[in-house]
Amino acid sequence: MAADEEELSINDQAISASEDEEGSDDERKHKKLLEAISSMGGRKRKKQNERSEASVQVSEYFVNAEGTGDKVNLSDLLGTVEKTSGASNKTKKQLRNLQSSKGTLELPLNKQQTEKIQRGIAYEKTTTEVSIWKNIILQNQKAEQMVFPLNQESSAPRRVEQVVAGWKVQTPLEQEIFRLLHGNSQPVNDPVLTPVEEQSLKAMSLEEAKIRRAELQKARALQSYYEAKAKRTKKIKSKKFHKIQNKAKRKDFLKQFDEMVKTNPDGALEELKKMELSRMEERMSLKHQNSGKWAKSKAIMAKYDDSARKAMQEQLQVNKDLTQKIVVPSDDEHESVEEELETVPDFVNDPEPVIDPVNPWMRGRLTHEEPEVSSVPSEDVQAAGEENEEEEELIGEFERKRKQRQADEEDLIPTEEEQPTSEVVEEDVVEASDKEDEEDEDEEEDVSEFNTLFRLMRSEKTLEASGQTLNTEDEEGALNEGQVRVRDIEDLEVLDEVVEGRPVEEPSGTRSAAPEATSETPLKKRREISLTEVLTKEAKAVKVPFLPTVVDEEERDEQISIIKEAFAGDDVISDFIKDKSNQEAAGRPEVVDLTLPGWGEWGGVGLKPSRWKRKRFRIQMAPPPPRQDQKLPDVIISEKRSASVASHQVSHLPFPFQNTAQFESTIRTPIGPTWNTQSVVKSMTKPKVITQMGAIIEPMVKEDYIKHKSTAPGGKGPAIMLGGNRRAKEGTKPRGRRSQKRKQSQA
Amino acid sequence: MAEVMSEGWTGTHVEKMKKKKKPPKRYWEETENTDRSQRPEEEQTKAGQNQNKSTVQEKSLKRKNEESLEKKDPFPGEAPIPHKQLQKFQRGKKCKVPAGAREKLKEAIAFSESMSEHAQKQAARYDLLLPEDAGFLEGDEDEDTNTISQDDIADAVDITSGSKYFNLHLSQFGPYRLDYSRTGRNLLVGGKKGHVACINWQTKDLMCEMNVMETVNDVKWLHTEAMFAVAQKRWLYIYDSKGVELHCVKKFNDVLRMQFLPYHFLLATASATGFLQYLDVSVGKEVAAICTKTGRLDVMAQNPHNAVIHLGHSNGTITLWSPNQKEPLVKMLCHRGGVRSLTVDKTGTYMVTSGLDRKLKVYDIRAFKPLHSCFLPAGASCLSLSQRGLLSAATGDIVQVYQNVLGSSPVSKPYMAHRLRGQIWGLAYCPFEDVLGIGHGEGFTSMIVPGAGEPNFDALDSNPYRSHKQRQEWEVKALLEKIQPELIGLDPGQLSKVDQASFEQKHKEQVEALGFDPLAKDKFKPRNKKKGRSSAGAIEKRKRKVAHEDQRDEIRQTVQERTEREKELKEKSKEKKLENKSTLDRFRK
Repeated sequence: MAADEEELSINDQAISASEDEEGSDDERKHKKLLEAISSMGGRKRKKQNERSEASVQVSEYFVNAEGTGDKVNLSDLLGTVEKTSGASNKTKKQLRNLQSSKGTLELPLNKQQTEKIQRGIAYEKTTTEVSIWKNIILQNQKAEQMVFPLNQESSAPRRVEQVVAGWKVQTPLEQEIFRLLHGNSQPVNDPVLTPVEEQSLKAMSLEEAKIRRAELQKARALQSYYEAKAKRTKKIKSKKFHKIQNKAKRKDFLKQFDEMVKTNPDGALEELKKMELSRMEERMSLKHQNSGKWAKSKAIMAKYDDSARKAMQEQLQVNKDLTQKIVVPSDDEHESVEEELETVPDFVNDPEPVIDPVNPWMRGRLTHEEPEVSSVPSEDVQAAGEENEEEEELIGEFERKRKQRQADEEDLIPTEEEQPTSEVVEEDVVEASDKEDEEDEDEEEDVSEFNTLFRLMRSEKTLEASGQTLNTEDEEGALNEGQVRVRDIEDLEVLDEVVEGRPVEEPSGTRSAAPEATSETPLKKRREISLTEVLTKEAKAVKVPFLPTVVDEEERDEQISIIKEAFAGDDVISDFIKDKSNQEAAGRPEVVDLTLPGWGEWGGVGLKPSRWKRKRFRIQMAPPPPRQDQKLPDVIISEKRSASVASHQVSHLPFPFQNTAQFESTIRTPIGPTWNTQSVVKSMTKPKVITQMGAIIEPMVKEDYIKHKSTAPGGKGPAIMLGGNRRAKEGTKPRGRRSQKRKQSQA
Repeated sequence: MAEVMSEGWTGTHVEKMKKKKKPPKRYWEETENTDRSQRPEEEQTKAGQNQNKSTVQEKSLKRKNEESLEKKDPFPGEAPIPHKQLQKFQRGKKCKVPAGAREKLKEAIAFSESMSEHAQKQAARYDLLLPEDAGFLEGDEDEDTNTISQDDIADAVDITSGSKYFNLHLSQFGPYRLDYSRTGRNLLVGGKKGHVACINWQTKDLMCEMNVMETVNDVKWLHTEAMFAVAQKRWLYIYDSKGVELHCVKKFNDVLRMQFLPYHFLLATASATGFLQYLDVSVGKEVAAICTKTGRLDVMAQNPHNAVIHLGHSNGTITLWSPNQKEPLVKMLCHRGGVRSLTVDKTGTYMVTSGLDRKLKVYDIRAFKPLHSCFLPAGASCLSLSQRGLLSAATGDIVQVYQNVLGSSPVSKPYMAHRLRGQIWGLAYCPFEDVLGIGHGEGFTSMIVPGAGEPNFDALDSNPYRSHKQRQEWEVKALLEKIQPELIGLDPGQLSKVDQASFEQKHKEQVEALGFDPLAKDKFKPRNKKKGRSSAGAIEKRKRKVAHEDQRDEIRQTVQERTEREKELKEKSKEKKLENKSTLDRFRK
């Protein structure tokens, strides 16, 4: 309202001013005055601005239909069109339709929404534009090394034709040579394409690849459809459906087969073979007999259900058909074969042939090991072994013969001789079993005999060995006491009297095995034992060519006394064990005791908190991980972490790796020249980015990197360009081309 | 302008379309075409004559092409590498790419795998360049190799090899300790009574000789032939090759044995007072001093594989040390008596010890398990392993050399033996030579032991034939590649593993290292208020308000949890009760 008043006042002033000047245009003034008065009263009408000069932008709000008083109708405008002769009927019709239609036009979208839509479209456009770069950028990111400026001319030796692009053939000799060359369509440079070039020629273009891919996709899709369909049909439970289908299939197959016989006999033969094969398979597997799940269920049902019975019969028929032998044998023979088959298992169940002929304990059965002769205990083991071998051979032969016979019987038994042979076999079996029984009986005796024999042998051997050692010792003389085996510190005491005859050594295998076995027991006592055993592990004496002259009799005694002295006071082993247990105790976390005396009970000097309370408020900590030296009784390994190395180690797993093993494996190969050849070091330590000194690194230009595949070939291996009129096209520098393009775009 | 542009664009499009339809170019096709277009007249004139020729030539050309196409390398690809050689350079296991891995992970693994494979292959290929092989002494039938005397061997072999057997009669100042330099060219001998000499033992040139007028416990070359350390009666001294005293290190007293760790530039010393000390030779700083608390340390060896120092003690134990830990990495009980000597093989797999109980034991120090032991009459006072795994043991005045000690089976008799005049004090194999140096009471003896030295040397690491210039260059490189003492540990590959310690453990270590807890909460400090509100009582009140707030929170939480649990239990019990209700309960009020 305030604005209006101001306007009014301005108007008033204008009027007064004009009144002073002229009285000629009274009418206008009057009108204005009237307007002013009318505007004063009632609602204020919107003031229409008058357009006074021509302008490009015309606001729709400023157009007014002043003068006519009425609105402009479409018909007013179209009236002239009807009359004009030039306008086509079609447009006229359209216009008429327009006139008749009552629907109003929709409002244009408001600014925000239009802008939103525009933004969306612009975004899509730019994404497509930018995504062209994606490949090249990825490629550059992945590249092991980037050399800037990109798109450099290679510094490698260039081809002759590139160098001599502007060179003309001038002398007659040259002309002659080139004429000859071209006349014979001889390639001027190296005659054969390099394998790389060949490959590039063979390589598919992008379009081709796309087409191929599409084809493959389609094929795959079709296949999957087909598979799905097959699955669906397979799942259908209706028996009728399947029956019909099977029948149809069979019919189809027969038809095809008949046709094949006529048209393609070879193929038909193959089909026949296939059928035969299936028959054979059936014969082998005996699938269609009454052993299957389905068959069993049917057999149960057959009593009550006619159809089931029928089905069973059908199956049996199929079985019969399939299992039919081609050469039809008599039934009895079949039986005989079956009988023989029944006899087979005896031999099959025999243990496998002996692998280790020398070692009787390695065999599965003991029946054939001991000969009767071995009952004499004074026999050598070797002899026994030989006999064993002999017997094995005999048995082997026997078995072989039997098998052969059996095979013979299986293959070609005439039907008449069937009975006797089977008898023979049976007899054979009986014999064998008898023999085995006997041998079994023998075996037990033999084993015991063998054991005693073995023991005797061993004692003899050891005696011999000890005798040998005695002999050698005698030979070597009195000074050789040093060779006497000393297993324990206790033995050292005995050393004084020792000159000859040492206790016989036990087999070393058991000895060496002992400490390991005992070391695993966690008990301290056991461990102590094991530790002593470890330390007193049997040592082998060494023969020495020169006898030590420095250490003579007296000195030796002296030494022994020194050692005795040294070990009189301290027990090394128990000290060590104490040390170890201390270490272990230090590693264990302490129990936290939170008992407070006096709470809930009497407290004071000399009063202990009750046991219940102590139990209640004592917090047990989790046991530490097992020590490294848990299974090594004579070793203490420090469990302290070395923090000094930790400061140099990688503490956080770097980005793409998922676990430490992966990362550690990638840095396991050293890169230094101490461990690698020079070339490897160079290739391993090459910088990621190389820039040329002083060269301007320009941003990538679209044309150089994103080009259509079709333009790619041809850049390689240009032919030699001769003559001044044919300038080399490919010879121009790529950078030059780019700069030209730049200029163009700038222009 | 725009029109022009559009025209240009369409033009290019058309061109592209045309190009697409063209068949791939061949050299000869194009040349032919261009030729025809260029010189039609000439063709016509010569057509008649050339026709026959051209066909013939075409045929020949065809044949040629075919031949060249068919002619293929009978051994295509790279030369195959024997599996054994490849195995030799295998470093760790391959990592399989997991099934559902990211693309980036797959790429990273594939790249590293290809790299390591390439490196392995190349190394195996270049293994060809190590052609030398070691041979051993072989006796006739019924002849023990240990009965062959050194004189016989020296007579049989060529003059240069024969000259490697020699004796230095130094009866005045013995017994002698010795050390060969890493290249094996120079020899350092130190007599107990103060005589120190360094010799180029192959040319027999004396580099320096002096008497330090003190007992000498041990001598050791430092990283080059220019410097050596002598452990004298009280302090440790460092001399140069001319015999000039460079340093007297008074921090290192009563040193009995020394070991030099060449890649770490550390001189490790074991003293009579039971201290194991490390001296960084490159900067002259004491890296670590560890009190071993095990008494006099006179048995010492280093593991060349991981630079761990082995010490033998009088109670039969052997301890393994690194400068980073104040307690032994490993402690093993090896002998009933004291340990007299020990040595570790080049690969760091085996350790051989001998003790007062006169036993010789071979340990696998990867598993810390004894492999076998044998009984030596008179025991072994000194042990040394050669580069090829020959063990020499000094028993009294006899040196015995054993072959195949490091296998699983115990030895029965020595490979070689040699008797000397005095008590043996020091044993050392010369690197890259079949020579065993023996220091004894009557001087020094160089003994020929066929098959002892490594025949193939790495010239970049230690080159016996290097020149002065090469030595200088090597020294610079070695210093640049110096390994820090912090990296010494039982597992030398520790650095290539991810540190998997928990946060708490790390935090604890940090606190230990810094001396304070960087993550600790600041103590509440009441703000200073004015108008008498900051009186001592008020401050105390405010402090009390804040004090134990955290603890209260915790307690509140636990209480809440407990109540919830109880609630649940109650509900459960209720349900149970409900279940137990009989049908008649409904009539109850």
